[in-house]
Amino acid sequence: MSIILQVSELVKRFGSLTAVDGVNFEIREGSCFGLLGPNGAGKTTTIEMMEGIKQPDGGTVRYRGEPLGEEFRNEAGIMFQTTALQEFITVCEVMRQFSRFYPHSASIDDLADRYALHEFLDQDTRKLSGGQKQRLLLAMALINQPKILFLDEPTTGLDPQSRRNLWNQVQQVREQGATILLTTHYMEEAYELCDEIAIMDHGRIIAQDAPDALLAAHFDDVVVQIHVDDIPRDIGEREFQAIYRNDSAHIVTGDVNKTIERLLDLDIPLDRLRIRARDLEDLFLELTGKELRA
Amino acid sequence: MKWNRVYALFVARNLEFMRDRSALAWNLLLPILIVVVFAYAFTEDNPEKFKVGLVASADLNSAAEEFRATRYIKFIDFEQVDANLYKVERHQVDLLFDAASNRYWVNRTSPNGYIVEKLLIAAYANSSDTLHKTLVEGDEVRYIDWVIPGVIGMNIMWGALFGIGYVIVRYRKFGVLKRLSATPVTAMEFLCAQILSRLWLLLLVNAVIYVGMDLFLDFRMYGSYFNLSLVFVLGSINLICCGLVVAARISSEEVANGVLNLFSWPMMFLSGVWFSLEGAHPLMQKFALLLPLTHVTAAARAVMIDGAGLVDIADHLLLLGLSSLILLWIGARIFRWE
Repeated sequence: MSIILQVSELVKRFGSLTAVDGVNFEIREGSCFGLLGPNGAGKTTTIEMMEGIKQPDGGTVRYRGEPLGEEFRNEAGIMFQTTALQEFITVCEVMRQFSRFYPHSASIDDLADRYALHEFLDQDTRKLSGGQKQRLLLAMALINQPKILFLDEPTTGLDPQSRRNLWNQVQQVREQGATILLTTHYMEEAYELCDEIAIMDHGRIIAQDAPDALLAAHFDDVVVQIHVDDIPRDIGEREFQAIYRNDSAHIVTGDVNKTIERLLDLDIPLDRLRIRARDLEDLFLELTGKELRA
Repeated sequence: MKWNRVYALFVARNLEFMRDRSALAWNLLLPILIVVVFAYAFTEDNPEKFKVGLVASADLNSAAEEFRATRYIKFIDFEQVDANLYKVERHQVDLLFDAASNRYWVNRTSPNGYIVEKLLIAAYANSSDTLHKTLVEGDEVRYIDWVIPGVIGMNIMWGALFGIGYVIVRYRKFGVLKRLSATPVTAMEFLCAQILSRLWLLLLVNAVIYVGMDLFLDFRMYGSYFNLSLVFVLGSINLICCGLVVAARISSEEVANGVLNLFSWPMMFLSGVWFSLEGAHPLMQKFALLLPLTHVTAAARAVMIDGAGLVDIADHLLLLGLSSLILLWIGARIFRWE
C-alpha cells in the first residue's frame, strides 16, 4: 500500500509550551490509523496540523508526497471534536451548503439513508441530540466522498449504543476504501477500529505499531482482577504488588496457577476473580507510568 | 474564486438572517423610531418665529437698527451674501438683508418671508434710504428633508458594522469558521459571500424604510434614484468592508463590541448626520472627511436635496469605491479562521 499522508518532525508551540514535539509517522492508503493519548497529549494539535487547520512551527505534512493544497482540501473529510453550525439552518440546508463547496459530492439522499438522517432532515441543527449531531457531522465529513477521513475523538460524550453505531459506520467508510485517521482516548475504540496506532504523551510518540503487535512486544503476562472488597489493600500491595484501579485490584502475573494458589492460602475469596489478557490501557500505563485521563 | 461556494455561503447567511425574527424586526424598527423621535423633537416651538440673515459690514443706519430691534425675529449675522443665498432658497432663513447696500433677498414662495418683508418695509417707511428687493426661487428644505439621507446612511452603518463584524466574530468564537476552514472555501470567497449577503439585505431593509418614511414624512427627493442607489450601494460596501477588517482577527464578542463602537460613535456624531459641521473646528472637519459615513451622507444629501448628478458626487463615489477595495484586500489578508 502506498503512503497517503506523511508527517515529518512536526512541532507546535504555544508560548513556552511545546504541544507537539517532533512527531513523525506515515499513514498507508486504505488503513485506519489511531492517534492515542490522554487529554493534553497533543493529539488534537497534531491532527489539526495534518488537516491544515493549524500551521506548524516546524516540520512538514505531505499528502501524496505534496504539501497540503487544493487536491487535499477536495479529498479530505474532517470531523472535529466539537463543531458549531450556523444558526437557523436545517440539516438538509447545511448538507446542501457543504455539498456545493466540492467539485464532486455524494448524494444528500444517500447520506441521509446511510446515517439515518431522514427523520430530522428538516430540523434546525440546534435542536439535534448528541447522537444525531454526531451522525450529521460524520455525514458532512463524507459529503465530498473523501479519500482520507479525519475523526477527532468522534465518540466522546456519546452513550455506549451511539458509540457502537458510530464504530459500525466508520467501518463501512473504511470498507469503501477511504483512509481514516482517528484520535481517541478510548483504548477499546482504537483496538476495534485501527490497523495501526501511535501512542502520544507530552507531544511525543512513545510507541507505534499494530495494536496486537504492540501488546505482544510489551507483554507476556496476564492480569488477575479481584474486587477491592475481597482483597485488603495492604495484602494486595505487599503480596502481589497489585495496582488498585476503579473497583478492582489488578495483579500482573506470568504464572496464573501460582498466583491463585497464593490467593487461596491467604483465604481471599475468588468468586469475583477475572483473568484477562493485557490491553492497550495496560500498555499506556506501562509506557507512561500513568493512567489515561479521560 | 469559485462562485458556487460563494453562492452556498450567501444562501446560508441569508436564511440565517431572515429566520432570526428578532434581529430582522430590530433592523426595521430602529431607524423608523429614530426618525419619528427626531421629527417630533425638532418641531420648532420657540417664540422667535422668523429668521433673518444680516450682512452688516459697517454700522447700521437708523432704519436698519429699528428693523433689528423687532421682537420675535432671530437675526443671524452672515459675512457674505453669496455664500448664504441658498439658505433663502431652502427657507432656512426667511430673508437675507445686506444693510450696507439696503438690498434684500426673499423667497417668492415663503409665507414667513412675505411677513418679514412687510416688517422691513415698515421700518424703512420714514427713511430716505431706498430698499432694493431681489426675489429668489426654491422650495423649503425642512430639517426632516435634511436629516433623512443621514439617518439612512447611519442605519446602513449600524447594519454593516455590527451585522458583519459581530456575526463573523461569533462564527469564529463558536467554531463555525473552523469548520469552513476544513473545506476548500477561501477567505476571499467567504468574505465576498458575507458582503453580498449583507449588501442586499441592507439595501432591501433600507428601501423598505425609505418608502415607509416617505409615506409618513413626504420628504424631499430631487435627484435620480439611480444615483441615490449608487451612493447607498457603494456606502454599504465600504462600511461592510470596515466591519470585515474589524472582525478579521477578533474572537471575543466583548472586544468586537468595543472596537465597533469605537468606529461607529464618531461616525454617528461627526459625519454630519444630525447637524452640519459647517463652522466646526477645521481639524474636526478634516477628521470627518476620513469617515466613510461623511461621504455617504454628503453624497446622498446632494442627490436628494439638490438633485446632484454623478459628476457632482464623483469625488465621494470614487473615494468610497477605492477605499472599499483597499479594505477588502486588507480584510482578506489578515483574516483568521480561528
